[in-house]
This record gives sequence, structure tokens and C-alpha cells, in this order.
Amino acid sequence: MGELLRVDDLKTYFFTEAGVVKAVDGISFAVNEGEPLGLVGESGSGKTVTVLAAMGIVAKPGRIVGGKIFFKGEELQASSEKEMRKVRGKKIGYVSQDPNSSLDPLYPVGNQLVEVVRTHFDETKAEAWERGVKLLKLVGISEPEARMKAYPHELSGGMRQRVAIARALAGEPELLVADEPTTNLDVTIQAQVLDLLRNLGKELQMSLILITHDMGLIAEMTERVVVLYAGKVAEESATAEVFRSPKHPYTAALLASVPRLDQKAALVPIGGGIPNLINPPTGCRFNPRCTYSKQICVDNVPPLEEAGERRLVSCHRWKELDLRRKA
Amino acid sequence: MAESLLEVQDLVKYFPVYQRGILTKKKVGDVHAIDGVTFSIGKGETLGLVGESGCGKTTTGKVILELEERDSGTVLFGGKDIYATLKTSSREERLALRRSMQMVFQNPYGSLDPRMTVFDIISEPFVIHKHIQRSEWEGRVYSLLKMVGLEEYHAERYPHEFSGGQRQRISIARALATEPRFIVADEPVSSLDVSIRAQILNLLEDLRKRTGISFLYISHDLSSVRQVSQRVAVMYLGKIFEFAPVDDLFDHPLNPYTMALLSAVPIPDPERHTKRIILPGDVPSPVNPPSGCRFHPRCPYAAEVCKNEEPPLRQLGTDHLVACHFAEKFA
Repeated sequence: MGELLRVDDLKTYFFTEAGVVKAVDGISFAVNEGEPLGLVGESGSGKTVTVLAAMGIVAKPGRIVGGKIFFKGEELQASSEKEMRKVRGKKIGYVSQDPNSSLDPLYPVGNQLVEVVRTHFDETKAEAWERGVKLLKLVGISEPEARMKAYPHELSGGMRQRVAIARALAGEPELLVADEPTTNLDVTIQAQVLDLLRNLGKELQMSLILITHDMGLIAEMTERVVVLYAGKVAEESATAEVFRSPKHPYTAALLASVPRLDQKAALVPIGGGIPNLINPPTGCRFNPRCTYSKQICVDNVPPLEEAGERRLVSCHRWKELDLRRKA
Repeated sequence: MAESLLEVQDLVKYFPVYQRGILTKKKVGDVHAIDGVTFSIGKGETLGLVGESGCGKTTTGKVILELEERDSGTVLFGGKDIYATLKTSSREERLALRRSMQMVFQNPYGSLDPRMTVFDIISEPFVIHKHIQRSEWEGRVYSLLKMVGLEEYHAERYPHEFSGGQRQRISIARALATEPRFIVADEPVSSLDVSIRAQILNLLEDLRKRTGISFLYISHDLSSVRQVSQRVAVMYLGKIFEFAPVDDLFDHPLNPYTMALLSAVPIPDPERHTKRIILPGDVPSPVNPPSGCRFHPRCPYAAEVCKNEEPPLRQLGTDHLVACHFAEKFA
């Protein structure tokens, strides 16, 4: 399995009137070909900004201030805007959280699919329309010919998200980024969309980056996971390992704080709140909320250290802590 | 089971749908938001009300508090019909009833007035209900803040100075200010960050144990419902589909919709593989709900009888109510 996307020490800051928001502050990770990777973190952890930066679409006042991004070994940052347009959609497809705002309400969904198809392929309108119908069929929409002429408001939330996925697939990307793709959907519809994403990954041999705050989705959908906290990587590992024995106190605390459907155990809340990224805490950014915090955690930023095979942890004390869940 | 505090009987609420012309307004149908809902809540009990969007769970909460008028049905609170009380009684009695039933809303960013200090927000019920002497306000507000895990000095601040979780604590303190016996909590954690949710869920559970307040916990998040509820009601398109003690419902669901709902929830444990039931299609429109059992177009077990006859909510085993023609098959 080759490496598809590599993000190396990425820094993206937002220059606001209140100060510089260090939304992404030195994040590194890689996605292999055909591998479903999860980016998990709470709001403000930098998960969305990281992938937007990879595609070169960070909105002002945001700016990439450091780091490199490679796609199949080729550096993307050096590319011109014209070249980047070929990366977006053709190499990396993006499905956003909210299909209500990502689809244009003024055009039928068919037009929106055709537009993307014709951006990436030299096809006539009729050919592109045919391809659009196939795409809708691929994402499991019944009567695709008729649906091509439907406006977004005529579709249900689940169908709109399917259309958004179809559009992201229109350029036949090698990597699909799904940013909280099911947050706005009901659970039974969420199950349909997840099933679709899983099958598409296998069928099209496409890599997937799933961005979510839901540890349940991570467990179900991914093989590797990067845990983000306040713009930094807390931990990266194979998914099964993270759940079996988390090495970063934040990961462990997160797992202990989410209610589970299959058992009723006492919830252990994480104290405090998410830090302000204009003035992040010194040292380890999790230290004000960490139960294992020591002086060193306040003074020094912990390095991202190797903690096993393809396993990285950013904690001063990971060697001495046993964070496995007590059964 | 504990003595019941609240009894909801055959509650119905339709919202009319109009087609507007230039000058005319024609009624073209009804949204069947809740269509004959019956359940009870015991003293000191949390009842979880779950369902997907549009199933009528929020409307149920609002109709119980008469924030929305019901079309028919009754709600007994402590044995008294609340609609009769609100219509015919004296102002004092009406206020007393209002004091005993409160609500916590979903979005703590929208439900707190940004121009009021926390002190003003929490003491506003005292202004309206006049049940606390002016001289005692300060002490009361401070003790309410303490109850929800905030500090005295927070009273002088404004809502924007607080995080989402803290704001939700403030709105819980406001609900507690009238010393209610019953609180409707409508999705109280769904707009909060994951690491904060546990704080609020634990607070609700702690309050219930300490004060004996009953809760109607409305949520689409089944995991959190399991965490805080003693009994759970599952709603689909305005109807109660299943109503049972929490472990009974989660471990031995008897309605195919409940089964599908439970199987669809991702469990944060990669080594646990559940068999997923994937339902076809979407939730039908509540304007024209399907005939017979409202779930039959999506149900994997649907038979002819399901299309024609609506299954009644019937008892199967102790305390387990289910609305399905074939519930015995799943027992």
C-alpha cells in the first residue's frame, strides 16, 4: 500500500481582529491507498481546517503559514491555482457536513453534477448527463433519470447527502474526504449513508478520510485514526489499538465520557472546556483538563513520539500511564 | 413502580397546512405531529422519549407544558387535569401549576437573553411568580448556581462569557428556580461538544436523585437516553411504538422499528460487531402517514395485516408495551 496523501507539520492560522487563532498548529499524518482514516476531535480541534488546507481552500482571514502537503509524493503547495483545480474533485473529493448549503438551491441536481463532470472530463452535455445518471445510481438513488431534474428542496436530507456524495465522486477522485457526513441525518438514514460510503470505498478502491466527533463512527468505519486536540495531534494509531489501549489521556478521557448504547457505565466527564486558540495553554494544550498533568506538562510542549508500530503519541507521560479501560 | 406524577392520555396535536393564494388561504391538510400518545411518568423518574426528526417528540413535550395547544386528549399532573386547571382556575393556581412544570431547551445560545446577567436570568421567575421574597433572591440564586456546579461570582456575568456547557447549566438553574416537580429537557446536550455532554448528563441524573424531580428527556441520541432514563418511549410518526423499562427496551426490543433504530447506532468499540438492519427509504411525510401500521412501508417483517390494520399499543410481559402485530415473534 503506497502513501496517497501526506500532511507534514501543517500550520494554518486565522488572522482575526481579536488575535491570531492557531487553528492548526503543526499537524502531520498520512493516508495510505485504499485505507479509511478517521480524523476525530471536538469543535475547534482543527480537523476540518486541516483538510481544507490540503485542498487549498482555506477561507480568509485564514492562511497556511507553514508545512507541506504531498499527494502521491508530489508537493501540492507549490502548485498554481490552475493545477490545484485539477487536484480538487479529480484527486480529492469533498463531502461537507451540510448538504442543504453545499448544493445550489437554484439549479436541478443534474446541472450540478454535469458541471463537475465537464470540469474534469472532456465530454458533451449529453455524455455528462449520462454520467450523472450513473453517479446517482451508484449512490443508490431510485429513478435516477427523474431525480436528475429535481431541485435540492424536493429531496429529503438523506437523498441530498447522497447527491453531494455523487458530486464528490464525479471527478473519480482517489481520495474522498467526508466531513461529518451524517451529523445532520437521523440514525436510520445515517446507517444508509455509512453503508454507502463503506461499499464505495471497496468498489472504487478509494481512500477515505472521515472527519467526525463520534467515536462510534470511528470504530465502525476506519482502520486508522488521528486524534486531534486544539490544533495538534494527540495520538495516531490503528483504530483497534486506540480503543483497546489509548495512550493519550485525552483519548482515554473522551472514551470514558461518551455514553454507550450497549452498556450503562458511569460517565466520567472531562472537566473544563475547549481552550481558546488565540491564547492556547502553554506546554501540552490538554494540561488544564488533564488528570495526569504535572509541572513538565505546563512548561514544555510534548513531542509526537513513536510508541509502537505506526503509533504516535504526544504526551510527556505516556510511558508511565496505563490508560486501558478497567472492565 | 413509583407512583405516577404525570399521565398523558391519548394526546393529539395536528398542525394545519395551508396553501396560500394572493388573497385566499385554503387548508389542504394536517401534519399529524402527535396522534394519540399515551404514557406516564413516575415521581422521581426520567422518561426517555426517542425518535427521529419529525416524529413528534418535541411537540409532545411542548403540548404537555401547554406551550402548544392540544387538539384532544388529557394530561393529568398529580391527578389534576392541567388543561382544566389552566382554563378555569384562579391566577394563583395557574401560576402554581406553571411553577411545578418547567423546560430546558436544546440550544443554550438561543434560550438565554444576551442582555441579562445570569443573576437576572435566574431571578426572573421570582419576578413573575413572586414566590420568593426580594430579600431572599440573592441567597436563592447563589444556591441554584451551586446546585448546577457554577460559582457565586458567575451571577454578575453575561451569557456570552460562558461556554456552551456552562450556559446549559444556567438554563437548568433557571428551570430549577421555581422549584418544579417536573422538567421537560428537550435535547439538552445535542448542541454541546462531546467532552462536555457527560457533565450535563451527570448533572441531570444527580439532580433527579437529590431532588426527586421527574424528567421527560427528549432526544434522538439513543446512547444518552440509555444513560439517564429509567423507562423509554419510542416514537415514530406521531405514535408511540414501544414503551418499556430501559434495559428491557435496549436488550430485548419487541418492535422492528426499535430494533432497526438500535442496530443503526455506532458503538465505540471496534471489536463489537452488531448486525445492522438497514431500513430502506425515508421517514414518510406526517401529512399523509401510511395506512395501518405507519412503519409498514419500511418494515422488513411487514405483512398484509400491517397495511390495513393499525396495531394497538398492547402489553407484552410486565411493563413492556409494544405496538406491533407480530411482537410475539420477537419475544
